[in-house]
Amino acid sequence: MTLDVAAIRREFPLLCRRVADKPIHYLDSANTSHKPESVINAMSTFMRESYSPIGRSSYSLASEASDSYEAARTKVARFINARTSREVVFTRNATESLNLAAQSWGRANLTRGDVVVLTHMEHHSNIVPWQMLAKEKGVEIRWVPLTKDFQLDLAPLEQLLRGAKAFAFTSMSNVLGTINPTRELCAAAHAAGAIAIVDGCQSVPHMATDVQQWDADMLAFSSHKMCGPTGVGVFWARENLLDSMPPFLGGGGMISEVRLDNFTCAELPHKFEAGTPPIVEVIGLGAAVDFLERVGMSEVRRHEIELTNYAYHALTARYGDDITIHGPVNPEVRGATFSFAFRGVHPHDVSQVLDQHNVYVRAGHHCAKPLMRLIGANATARASMYLYSNEADVDALVEALDDVSSIF
Amino acid sequence: MSNLEDLYREVILDHYRTPRNKGELPPPAICTEGANPLCGDEIRIFLDVADGVVRDVRFSGHGCSISQASASMMTAAVKGQPVADVRAVAKRFKQMMTIEEDDGQAPADVRLGDIEALQGVVKYPVRIKCAVLGWNTLLAGLDSAKA
Repeated sequence: MTLDVAAIRREFPLLCRRVADKPIHYLDSANTSHKPESVINAMSTFMRESYSPIGRSSYSLASEASDSYEAARTKVARFINARTSREVVFTRNATESLNLAAQSWGRANLTRGDVVVLTHMEHHSNIVPWQMLAKEKGVEIRWVPLTKDFQLDLAPLEQLLRGAKAFAFTSMSNVLGTINPTRELCAAAHAAGAIAIVDGCQSVPHMATDVQQWDADMLAFSSHKMCGPTGVGVFWARENLLDSMPPFLGGGGMISEVRLDNFTCAELPHKFEAGTPPIVEVIGLGAAVDFLERVGMSEVRRHEIELTNYAYHALTARYGDDITIHGPVNPEVRGATFSFAFRGVHPHDVSQVLDQHNVYVRAGHHCAKPLMRLIGANATARASMYLYSNEADVDALVEALDDVSSIF
Repeated sequence: MSNLEDLYREVILDHYRTPRNKGELPPPAICTEGANPLCGDEIRIFLDVADGVVRDVRFSGHGCSISQASASMMTAAVKGQPVADVRAVAKRFKQMMTIEEDDGQAPADVRLGDIEALQGVVKYPVRIKCAVLGWNTLLAGLDSAKA
């Protein structure tokens, strides 16, 4: 069964909104996604009927809330095929998850001269935490370069990984749309004796995730890009790694005992969840996982491949050399994220004109400045799609771009 | 697009397409860099200040039509002007952009001339930062000239 986009769109109240009495075309899902009714209702119902502290108080309502919170953890664990829900830690967002990896695992395991390998595709969240560590510890950072077709250049990988302790890479570029061969990259890391840390922000919402099949060691992703609310992210790591890592943030909830001169940590995963967590948001994330599983991640991926094909051909057929798409051509190795340059017009001006047509794209550096410098663009306009995007959104983009030419 | 006419006025597009004073000045001219981290726009302002007068000014870098046109119009307006007058124009401009309150400090007779065309930017709050990037960089340059 193919995905019924019209039916899906009806589940997203915001997509039904009109601005200036015209429909909206939301093409900024790589930035953040919209929320289906089921997520909104789950959070609202939980606050109305079940809201209580979790993991602290012993009355029945609190116990019910704790069960709901842990049920969401189980859903997330199943969604990424974790071995156990003890491996799933809730954070504030994917950025915090990557900082957790660097600050907890990195500080405990890396010393002067150690090597961390990153790629030229990373966004700031998977660069700056490692640079902070590099500054503090004297760790060396090496970079996997790109090929001309916007893929990772795997030729020098083995050499770059030699002696490395960690290889942290994105499974899908937020600028280029490139989907990386995560399983191969994890294997390459392990062959060199490094751990594999996957930034799944862009891939987890758009295709099936299987951390065991990948043989990954850590994974970071955000709820808000996968139909869930803001304010909650996920950090997954192998249980033995989590066991060996020191706590990241200290406070209530992450301890089993505190004395005046010492403390001991709580069991996994609570060891990494200090303070009152985003309870309502976790419930929302659980509902988002339910929603995505109901649609089916392979259906989501198939829909986005079709849409990528449609968009690529619509844009290039209409505009030819006037549009430059920074990303792979083959829809099998890319997601539905299009960064583009249009007729030499600055992306801010492009997005301003598109906005007049209710076509919403992001203009700027997409929090990936090193990559932008490499592809020779200070900024791009980026149209990014999701399971609710349709051909009408693409058509609106193509039509509205014509208006850019009428001004510039 | 009629709706965007008040933003992209002809005088703005003219300065964008044919920027005035685009380029660099060799040392000892003061070079000041400014950036808009939100959109990646970067600008450099070169200032030759002597005897309290902006004798020459250039700008370089890259940015959207609003940031480039605003910088171009700014250089045209301040070239050859006494520093005190330049500061007054900058203040008046930032008041027009609604990011500085009218505290009565800028003389009432300050004329913005062509720069008034940028008034339309105020309706697009995200673009205000683009419009003032060059001006803030110019002011930082004047401050370092004084130091």
